[in-house]
Amino acid sequence: MSDEIKIAHLSQDERVLLRPLVRTTRWFWIWFALLSAVTAWGAFAYYLQLRRGLGVTGLNTPEYWGIYIICFVFFIGISHAGTLISAILRLSKAEWRRAITRSAEFITVLVIAFGAVQPVLDLGRPDRVLYVIVNGQPWSPLLWDVCSIGLYFTASSIYLYVPMIPDLARIRDLQIRPTWLYWFLAIGYHDTPRARQTLQKIIAVLAVAVIPIAVSVHTVIAWIFALTLRPMWHSTIFGPYFVVGAIYSGIAALIIAMAVLRRVYRLEAYFKNIHFNNMGLLLLVMSLLWTYFTFAEYLTAWYGGEEAELATLWSKLTGAYAFSFWLMVVSCFVVPLALMSRQATRGPGGTTIASAFVVLGMWLERFNIVVPTSVHPRIEMASALYHPSWVELSIMAATFSGFILVYMVATKFFPIISLWEIQEGREEAVHEVAERVASYLPDKVEVGT
Amino acid sequence: MPRWGMVIDLDRCNGCQACEIACRVENNVPVGGPQAARENRTIFWMQVVATTHGDWPDVRTRFLPRPCMHCDRPPCTAVCPVRATVIDAEGIVAQVYPRCIGCRYCANACPYTAKSFNWVRPSYPESTQPMLNPDVSIRPAGVIEKCTFCHHRLQKARDQARAEERPLREEDYVPACADACPTGAITFGDLDNPEHRVAQQVQDPRAFRLLEELGTHPKVYYLAEER
Repeated sequence: MSDEIKIAHLSQDERVLLRPLVRTTRWFWIWFALLSAVTAWGAFAYYLQLRRGLGVTGLNTPEYWGIYIICFVFFIGISHAGTLISAILRLSKAEWRRAITRSAEFITVLVIAFGAVQPVLDLGRPDRVLYVIVNGQPWSPLLWDVCSIGLYFTASSIYLYVPMIPDLARIRDLQIRPTWLYWFLAIGYHDTPRARQTLQKIIAVLAVAVIPIAVSVHTVIAWIFALTLRPMWHSTIFGPYFVVGAIYSGIAALIIAMAVLRRVYRLEAYFKNIHFNNMGLLLLVMSLLWTYFTFAEYLTAWYGGEEAELATLWSKLTGAYAFSFWLMVVSCFVVPLALMSRQATRGPGGTTIASAFVVLGMWLERFNIVVPTSVHPRIEMASALYHPSWVELSIMAATFSGFILVYMVATKFFPIISLWEIQEGREEAVHEVAERVASYLPDKVEVGT
Repeated sequence: MPRWGMVIDLDRCNGCQACEIACRVENNVPVGGPQAARENRTIFWMQVVATTHGDWPDVRTRFLPRPCMHCDRPPCTAVCPVRATVIDAEGIVAQVYPRCIGCRYCANACPYTAKSFNWVRPSYPESTQPMLNPDVSIRPAGVIEKCTFCHHRLQKARDQARAEERPLREEDYVPACADACPTGAITFGDLDNPEHRVAQQVQDPRAFRLLEELGTHPKVYYLAEER
């Protein structure tokens, strides 16, 4: 019996959401081939870098860090899409979360691996990477980073996996191939009320636990910069500034993923306009927060007027990096604010366009943090402009394509919208929310008593 | 316990760069050539930085020989994730090449840009190869290197003094740059030993240190009438 027949008689939710697991279109394979090719090209570029050393990059003295570190901060930032947003929505009982938590959590787990590998690509001696564990020096923020990213990856993986168990058990029971995979992953779960109750409890605990871990990750990444004495890195607000930027880019990445999934898997009924509207509002809030932090950061540097700080500041505002700076301002502030503050442009189209700008802008933000400070050391010296080499750009392209590739493949093995949570929403939440709202209102008092 | 330090008299420095060359020869610092210069990848353990101030005709150029400052509170050793850069008991900040993973965090943390990275495998023109110094190891590609105050000279001087059963004298341990300086602008010694010249020179009203306000406590002092 083919898998497609197995799901033909199921309820509408199950039929639609399990369809990607049993049917693969030609377009999937075309994209698969294309992305694989880009990823393979990047792998070849890295092979060259391994053979010849970091000389194949465009890095120099004092531009010690470039594309790899920018991508590191960027991709780990994107990873805040899932775990954090999903956990906050779960804890705040936002009922519209049901359709989007799974796709968000998948982004986190998959992108964090691609982010975490970036500093290793950046090492002069990648063969010695395990020295970080063997000879670890606890005062180094890099070591804190290894710990917090390791913890975050573990916690997000569990947080992705546990809420997926009921769906995996359902797929196992439907005998969808590969049966051994679902048999293994479902770990003997049977959907009894008691099992469901235990699961809900574990999810609640996890949702609380992952929030501080997620916040710590980007804070520590910010500290890598902020704990040095470099102009415009040495800033106390870098921790929260990075966290805000991370959530901002994470929301944008999630909106783009939702728009793509909705189109390719015909999920219009699940990713509705209201979902995009609500995500758009989150984007708007984060846009304002990000702008506030950015303004505070630059005002402090300018007003203080310290010579070393000003050299970096003016190179961003009017100098060699003015283009990337002002493009960042347009992408992260002007466009999202213009589009997201009007309900008419908060539909799927408008939010996706705004999100694309935000993703670009947040990449540029990391560029504007890493590069201008690097080329303006406190002791004046000859410095060349940083031009990333084709090797760096290829590896960056491969990181993007590699992430999209594994995300695509994941949607072929796991329902990208949580089945049981949608069903729970239909069966219980409507009633529950009505009761909850009633409990907010003043109790009725009988007249005359 | 000595606290090794250096004093550079900028009023005596004429920018001849003999210190740079002596350092390069002594420490097997690779010769990058024009390509490395174009790419801003030349490795310097000692670099004479020329800064020009003012508008013509009121122009002043100053030469500032910049070795590693061997800070008493080095920002580079704190951030190294693998203890590949450490400060020893006598205040010399060392770089452990076989342990360095090449993350370049120390290079970014150093406010003096005193650290150089080996972007490529070190190369030496054929004519200089017979003159490589056997006392200093050659660094592989992918690690950070920097001035060590010619630490190998200290080891040798100490062995010699021990063999001759006498204490280490001031003139026994002098880095190559100080040795080579034709105007005698560079002096070296124990900052804590009042008999050493450096200990007297740092009392000079002309004495200052680079970026003193950062609190790194460098052990390289400069002397200049005008900062």
